[in-house]
Amino acid sequence: MGERKRVAIPIRPAPGADLPAGERAAVLDAVERHRSLEGALLPVLHAIQDRLGWIPPKAVPLIAFELNITRADVHGVITFYHYFRQHPPGRHVIHLCRAEACQAVGAVALEDHARRVLGSEMHGTSVDGSHSLEPVYCLGNCAMGPSLLYDGELHACVTPERFDELLHAAKTSGERA
Amino acid sequence: MSVTVYVPREATARALGADAVARALQEEAARRGVAIRLVRNGSRGLFWLEPLIEIETPQGRIGYGPVKSADVPGLFEAGALQGHPHRLCQGAVESIPYLKRQERLTCARLGVIDPVSLEDYRAHGGYAGLGAALAMQPAEIVQTVTDSGLRGRGGAAFPTGIKWKTVLGTAGQQKYIVCNADEGDSGTFSDRLLMEGDPFCLIEGMTIAALAVGATRGYIYLRWEYPQAHAILGQAIAAAYQHGLLGADVMGSGRAFELQVRMGAGAYICGEETSLLESLEGRRGQIRFKPPLPAIKGLFGCPTVVNNVITFASVPIILARGAAHYRDFGMGRSRGSLPIQLTGNIARGGLVERAFGVTLRELLYDYGGGTRSGRPIRAVQVGGPLGAYWPESRFDTPLDYEAFAAAGGMLGHGGIVVFDDTVDMAAQARYAMEFCAIESCGKCTPCRIGSTRGVEVIDRLVAGDRSALQETVLRDLCNTMVYGSLCALGGLTPYPVLSALDYFPEDFSKPAARQAVGS
Repeated sequence: MGERKRVAIPIRPAPGADLPAGERAAVLDAVERHRSLEGALLPVLHAIQDRLGWIPPKAVPLIAFELNITRADVHGVITFYHYFRQHPPGRHVIHLCRAEACQAVGAVALEDHARRVLGSEMHGTSVDGSHSLEPVYCLGNCAMGPSLLYDGELHACVTPERFDELLHAAKTSGERA
Repeated sequence: MSVTVYVPREATARALGADAVARALQEEAARRGVAIRLVRNGSRGLFWLEPLIEIETPQGRIGYGPVKSADVPGLFEAGALQGHPHRLCQGAVESIPYLKRQERLTCARLGVIDPVSLEDYRAHGGYAGLGAALAMQPAEIVQTVTDSGLRGRGGAAFPTGIKWKTVLGTAGQQKYIVCNADEGDSGTFSDRLLMEGDPFCLIEGMTIAALAVGATRGYIYLRWEYPQAHAILGQAIAAAYQHGLLGADVMGSGRAFELQVRMGAGAYICGEETSLLESLEGRRGQIRFKPPLPAIKGLFGCPTVVNNVITFASVPIILARGAAHYRDFGMGRSRGSLPIQLTGNIARGGLVERAFGVTLRELLYDYGGGTRSGRPIRAVQVGGPLGAYWPESRFDTPLDYEAFAAAGGMLGHGGIVVFDDTVDMAAQARYAMEFCAIESCGKCTPCRIGSTRGVEVIDRLVAGDRSALQETVLRDLCNTMVYGSLCALGGLTPYPVLSALDYFPEDFSKPAARQAVGS
């Protein structure tokens, strides 16, 4: 019988130790500002996504540790809500309305156009990394559809031509910057 | 003397260029050395005229719209600041027939006032309702709301006074007032318009509810898709705290009410009240079994009033003018007024607040002016994505909760989505199932699994694969969903599906559709 090899089992690994410093700071700041709220998890997740544009899966253990809830709770909430992203977005995010009122005025054709022009499916990002395309179910602009949010800004009566103009404007302002 | 010019700060008006128009107005005024006072009001809800600018004149407020920033120099040239004629002039705004023929009770201040000015709000009757409530016993407030006949405007139409009475009668160390501002139904925006155009009205309504049931904390659960409403509510709540209208001592009464806004994160199901409470508590928005009712065990297990934005916003006028004033509007058991939203393929889309009893036909043609595309109206969907699709033969149904239910429909939150004759109703039915599959919380099987199976069955039906059999399966599946689902999402998704099938059967067997699916 040889000697058994001793394996050190980390009882409490430092949560979030493998997070890049910037992301770690964003998480800790979000927690610090919201931890006293009743039901703090959603406000914390919003604050992280507002800052980083997404919620890195590696941040889950740190959020769970800081709020004293399980990682399963945090993961479960992030994956339940369509708005929370687990992948970094492109430089711009387009939330395109797919709901009935927009369908009545051409949203299906607009969605086809958007996917073709960006070369991306819904929930994807264009190959050049410029635009992420997300579906959204109603922006409350139902009398003047089709509607979309471009980096959080609402646009009304969006035809395929208008969509192309938006992309073009982003491209030219990107070149200037 | 400076001229007062109103340019809406509401989301649709901004999406149509209101900010650029506001900038152009200021630049042009500066260039001409004319003094103007720019007020960013809410929207009147006449969206085909947005951006609608209004000029304060001795003859009243004169409207011009839809204005583009390039029109601004021409407007100055024509003397718009004096209310002079211009091709975009709509005359006195209050006399525009679309607005003049409305009965604006809840939405009376929309577009009239600066939404974040307490001074404006008070000058237009604001806080009279809370003032009246402070002189009453809690049970009297509840009785007034009960007597008004007000029913939940979120869609379920439950009598508001009865709900409040339950919370009042339930003992609890802590009680909550929760506003459901997760207006997720497609074809609705009245909550958003109210929050962006008259946020103090919501705050006042919630405060009255707090006094009525003995609650000291409140939350507005707002969907993330409404950033403009979030910004405006934030300003209004801060102002209310600053002026002692929220906080430890509301209007010097010694009563406390703390109010916060919480953001949703894109889950349609969180408009269901128990899911909403789960979400507020920081969890997945999965629905809860009922009973216990939220009125007895709600947020964090405490007695909780959960009402929709429009419901709360209807309370101040009821308290200010008395239950009878409100109850005198309406028909049958639907008392008061409903802010109706005309949307989709409609020429004059917008907000129409009318007493219950107005017919769909009157709304679609007299107000809405038919379709935007100029083609005939083929179908309307009333009551959001869970509402039935109706053909023209149903257009004489009056807007009344009971009349709609009797006709197999649902009035819901008062959203009307219009489709012209190019619509493919089989595609709409399929989408209803698809939407249910995307948004199902997953708690009950009929909704979670039934919706996905529903998409598949509709695909086979449209493809002509043993059609009679598929139709039987679809109807059977819908029956299971209606009677076996835990909440309205799974329970009502069959309404758009079956109404499309019943009223528009030809769309489920047309060759074009077969080819599209086969390709």
